[in-house]
Amino acid sequence: MSTLFCRNLQRRFGKTVAVAGVDLDIAAGEMYGLIGPDGAGKTTLLRMLAGVLKPDAGTIRMAGVDVVRQPERVRSLLGYMPQRFSLYADLGVLENLLFYADIFGVRGAERRQRIERLLAFARLEDFRDRPAGQLSGGMKKKLALACALIHRPRVLLLDEPTNGVDPISRREFWDILADLHLEGVTILVTTPYMDEAERCQRVGLMHEGRILRQDTPSALQTWVPGRMLAVYAGDLAAIAAAVASFPGHLDHHTYGDRLHVFVAPDLTDPEAALAEHLRACGLSFRQILSDTPRLEEAFIHLIAHREDESIRAGARLPSVEL
Amino acid sequence: MNAVVVEHLTKRFGRFVAVNDISFTVARGEIFGFLGPNGSGKTTTIRMLLGLLPPTSGQARVLDVDVVRHPERIARRVGYMSQKFSLYPDLTVEENLRFYGRTYGLRGRALARRQDEVLALIGLEAQRRRLTAALAGGWKQKLALATALLHRPELLVLDEPTAGVDPINRREFWRLLYGLAGEGVTVFVTTHYMDEAEQCHRLALIHNGVLLAVGAPDVIKQTHMPGQVVEVLCARPRVALPVLRAADLAEVALYGERIHIAGPNLEHRLDELRARLEAAGAGVIALRVIPPSLEDVFIAQTSTR
Repeated sequence: MSTLFCRNLQRRFGKTVAVAGVDLDIAAGEMYGLIGPDGAGKTTLLRMLAGVLKPDAGTIRMAGVDVVRQPERVRSLLGYMPQRFSLYADLGVLENLLFYADIFGVRGAERRQRIERLLAFARLEDFRDRPAGQLSGGMKKKLALACALIHRPRVLLLDEPTNGVDPISRREFWDILADLHLEGVTILVTTPYMDEAERCQRVGLMHEGRILRQDTPSALQTWVPGRMLAVYAGDLAAIAAAVASFPGHLDHHTYGDRLHVFVAPDLTDPEAALAEHLRACGLSFRQILSDTPRLEEAFIHLIAHREDESIRAGARLPSVEL
Repeated sequence: MNAVVVEHLTKRFGRFVAVNDISFTVARGEIFGFLGPNGSGKTTTIRMLLGLLPPTSGQARVLDVDVVRHPERIARRVGYMSQKFSLYPDLTVEENLRFYGRTYGLRGRALARRQDEVLALIGLEAQRRRLTAALAGGWKQKLALATALLHRPELLVLDEPTAGVDPINRREFWRLLYGLAGEGVTVFVTTHYMDEAEQCHRLALIHNGVLLAVGAPDVIKQTHMPGQVVEVLCARPRVALPVLRAADLAEVALYGERIHIAGPNLEHRLDELRARLEAAGAGVIALRVIPPSLEDVFIAQTSTR
């Protein structure tokens, strides 16, 4: 039985479809990453899962509780960190934690222990008296997370928790999430950063209100059909023009100092075949290497492919304006 | 031929050193990335290169102009797209282009012709009479690029141009940049996205105003990563993680069902680490050295300082 489950979840704002039918099954203790560009519907989905926004249609269950009908009953189960988590800027780090402890009814000795534990956990012990408004971006995010964890929730919903955070704090934040994962907390985290998806056990790609595909990070690379070759050369424009006529060519695009070329999977020794083809075209290059597509490339492929299918089926894409 | 030559450039604001003795060059026709977190000195550097902010010390030559001595000579030769670009939302696409074209001194037939050219370049012809406010996010970005291109600048300076843009539009935007670079335009672009930085021909990593590394992305990964990154694949990562955290490594990070570890001389410690993991019952499937990401390099470089 999933700890977090939803079926056919939908939400419109006026004529705009923000979430267009989402199914999720997140197992107990799983760390699930929802990735997608701005406007994909991630925040709206999370707000519905947290019970703060009513869906137009669909069902949600969190640890067996019907979130749509009884949103007040998930409060004790759930830690929710929206993008703009309200910290009190004039209150110190400790005072913010005390405040949230009061809200969630965490009292007495338990409150003291829990706060000390969270301060250590978020590496904020040395800043307990600093006003929240004077913390760095990364420290604010860690304090917000600590506040969301004050009542020991079983489920944690995090909306773009590392947005605008520098790389070092970002890594530290993910290390803290790994600790929570080890403790068995079920985590759903959204991010616009493709590279963060690899931190999760399972990833869903969200685009225009739908989850296009979900899989483990190691399976992500198989989303792009065929194999990817990286051609390193000086004149990439000439190489790009020539690869289009290579038998088995599927797609190509420039990637920094190289050209990524996608070729049919059934070619034998595609590196040698492509090298031969380029030489026959009178072109020189430094090397051709087999490489793994980036997650962003898989995402783009999925979206483009889906649009092809819709066009073939004569269907029209829903117009989504966000 | 270099489009940009920076030598020992420093900018202080009071006691705060925003840019600390940086030196680098950008070749003509190159896409040069400036990668660093918010507040690392990227925008301050740009303002000095554009002649908008006098440096405290150091030299900067941009398109052979000494911007420290003659800051006024550079503005018209550079196309600049700032983080918060100032398109007028209540003007149409065409009206925005006309407005910016005039500020760059374009008039009459020449302006009309150039306007058509940049519209064709970015693929916005069909939307030329739409209100700018009604354009989708990715198109606004492209329109801002178009306005920066009107006066045929030799150097394009883009400050975090793709923040908040979806992957498809981001790819489109980069395709335009590669096209411009192919025609000889030099592109200087700042970003805090590690994956975007990989798309530059060369890049500089900046942190707290200090340059950590300059070079092609692949070269930086080879030359500026102390030690190796090893991917650990185990049947029970929850058992493995505490074992590795106790093993005196520079970095231990959970990546889904895998664990990445980093540190000096890791290739000589693989047997020892495997033995520790086996003893704890983690069920080791594989330990393999993997190429570092730019983020790995960045973290390693900043934590040694």
